[in-house]
Amino acid sequence: MKAETKTETKSSFQFKFNQEVILLLVLIGVIIFFSIMSPTFLTGGNLINIIRQVALLGIIAAGMTMVLLIGGIDLSVASNVAFTSVVMGMLITAGIPPWIAIIVGIIAGVFVGAVNGLIVTRVGIPALITTLGMLTMLRGTTFVITGGYPVFGFPESIRFFGNGYLLGIPVPAIIMVAVFVGVYILLYKTYIGRHIYALGGNLEATRLSGINTKKVQMLVYMLSGFFCSIAGLILLGRLNSGQPNALQGFELEVVTAVVLGGVSIFGGQGKLIGVVLGVFILGVLANGLVILNINEFYQMVISGAVLLVAVGIDRIYNRKKD
Amino acid sequence: MVNPIIKVTDVTKEYPGTIALSGVNMEIYPGEVHTLAGENGAGKSTLMKILAGAISPTIGSIEVNGEKLTEFSPRTSSEKGIGIIYQEFNLVPHLTVEENIMLGKEKRKGLFVRKQLNTQITKDVLEKMNIKKSTSTYVKDLGVADQQLVEIAKAISQDVNVLIMDEPTAALTSDEVESLFKLMRSLKENGVAIIYISHKFEEIFEISDKVTVLRDGNYIATKPIEELDYEKLVKLMVGRELTMSSRARTKKEETILIAENLFSKGKVANISFDLKKGEVLGVAGLLGSGRTELAKVLYGLYPITSGTISVKGKTYSKIDSPEHALKIGIGLIPEDRKKEGVVLGLDCEVNTNLGATKKNSRGLFLDLKKEKSISKEYKDKLSIKYYDGQLAGQLSGGNQQKVVIAKALATDADILIFDEPTRGVDIGAKQEIYNLMNELLREGKSIIMISSEMGEILNLSDRIAVMKEGELAGILPFDKATQENIFSLSSGISKDLEGKT
Repeated sequence: MKAETKTETKSSFQFKFNQEVILLLVLIGVIIFFSIMSPTFLTGGNLINIIRQVALLGIIAAGMTMVLLIGGIDLSVASNVAFTSVVMGMLITAGIPPWIAIIVGIIAGVFVGAVNGLIVTRVGIPALITTLGMLTMLRGTTFVITGGYPVFGFPESIRFFGNGYLLGIPVPAIIMVAVFVGVYILLYKTYIGRHIYALGGNLEATRLSGINTKKVQMLVYMLSGFFCSIAGLILLGRLNSGQPNALQGFELEVVTAVVLGGVSIFGGQGKLIGVVLGVFILGVLANGLVILNINEFYQMVISGAVLLVAVGIDRIYNRKKD
Repeated sequence: MVNPIIKVTDVTKEYPGTIALSGVNMEIYPGEVHTLAGENGAGKSTLMKILAGAISPTIGSIEVNGEKLTEFSPRTSSEKGIGIIYQEFNLVPHLTVEENIMLGKEKRKGLFVRKQLNTQITKDVLEKMNIKKSTSTYVKDLGVADQQLVEIAKAISQDVNVLIMDEPTAALTSDEVESLFKLMRSLKENGVAIIYISHKFEEIFEISDKVTVLRDGNYIATKPIEELDYEKLVKLMVGRELTMSSRARTKKEETILIAENLFSKGKVANISFDLKKGEVLGVAGLLGSGRTELAKVLYGLYPITSGTISVKGKTYSKIDSPEHALKIGIGLIPEDRKKEGVVLGLDCEVNTNLGATKKNSRGLFLDLKKEKSISKEYKDKLSIKYYDGQLAGQLSGGNQQKVVIAKALATDADILIFDEPTRGVDIGAKQEIYNLMNELLREGKSIIMISSEMGEILNLSDRIAVMKEGELAGILPFDKATQENIFSLSSGISKDLEGKT
């Protein structure tokens, strides 16, 4: 199996970038389509709008990316967002200073992730089942503690996280960018990221390499919970209320974005940049279809179809390489 | 002169960046056992896959019974009477023996399976092969050897003219190999041509009529077996002559590891031994005698229930994890490199650094420069062949094994446990691994080597620990190390050899 090293390096280089290129082309295609169909789509105001709208999806997807990379899944994310946002809201209305309420909410979100992680690593229940249980349990808990009613009556400062601007950029968008940058650094610049990819690729070999795989798994589920609580804070600010039934079913949209971005549901493979593109494709679609006044049922049909087409193109392309 | 049943003409198979086969010619005649020999990565499997229709050649043609194949698919090959038994099992564990054997060719009436007819066919095949298993046993409940036999039964349950067997004996005991050979001979008498792939030389010489040798994707030669002997065949395969080096053994004084009355519940019991600096302690014993378990206890994978391990003067009553084991200087090169050794989807540089990633990081952050120099160092030292960014999954077995060894070395462990270091590795790479072990000893490392290969154990070990039923049956010094002594200890036939040194 000897051949010229140069050509080999080149071909593997091209291969690595192909999936992202496909996604980028899809995104550009969607943007061009909407720009032709509607004069209001490609305006500065609307673009900023899109970034604000995708922020929740993006932040949660960043955590989900790591969970899928270790070969897990976290279906409890949407419930966790609603839960933490309600926890923060209730504490604030009870008269606790907002910053303490926010910290407690974040701790609650991380705690939920830790419980997920503990069950997966110590009890050995598959992540799909563990987090499915957590999804239902947590949503139930949220309804129980609120009695099913929304929580409201917050100071103006809370709205800042959902609707505020810094230097003309929506705060949720800034938070999303910070989260993506943070996760990027973690995944590609630190040894933890290396361990995440390794254990998703081969748990046993990674463990035998002297890596504490349970610790890495715990950390990833806790980070997912952490990002949920950040999303919870943004949601609280945007709605100016804590809604116990917020984001029901949203976990599937998050998984859609991550898988669309090329992350393998079997773990070990996929890039964060792909996920960013996946998030934006879904965001642009949702925004554009609303502008074109297409009803939301069609939006669902189209989002699903885009997932299958984008992943399908990649599969067909890769099969040809085999 | 009989016409060939398969004629391979100038077949080349290119993958992006590599040429797996280059201009290979081969003729297979009815009623012969034709062995395909070559090192890992020589192109044997690629050629087999082409014949089985799993992949198509880039250039060249295949004729079956004088007819040129125009389409390559498993279905076409199977219709032409070519059956294949892959090295890895293609059985569905949750189906029965019968369901597996008849899979895809069930006798049926409309939508419905004709159960009795299927059972009858299956029974006939099993009987012909002399397998005494019920057709309704689930495959998952069978041992590896029986699964192998079911795989063969599946292949011959339809009319085959050519049967391709890719290392069919890897999981079989010698008795089972004998009955497999008997079966092969009777197939041969019925005019079936068998293409046989094996790394085991004794088997090649016992069963083959002809041998075709491939090297680096090139056709080297086809010879009748009478014209070959061990040396000649090796030379054809490797392209140079190999000498099995015997080590110079010197007396070692400094003790680096002492195990005292080690127990691990359900795994090993009452293990006491010591390891000197710069020596190879071979660990022999039958399958299931507790060799791998002992390695896993030392490496922190199984808990120590009682007893102690002392390393470099410090005594430990437990080793919690591989992390802990590495910290105190014990490294493991595990038995199953694909499952336990490398991450197939990551590149070789990353794999090499995996065990030491954290240690070599600056705080949380990777030190890519340092990692690069480490992977370069071991790539050169072990002469591992890979290009920048090549995935570990794309390497041949020998190169993969070297990456696993590089990974253990990169952690700076002083005591290295090799569990079956050369399993599934071709003869050239084997020699390189032996040379490397010698070099490690010169550098002051110490080695515990578990192996089922008698030659390896006898040639490399300073002393040989023999395991039996989870306990140490005895430790043989070099001058008493013979195959007979090892055998009598491991089978418990003789007790008078229990001289511990």
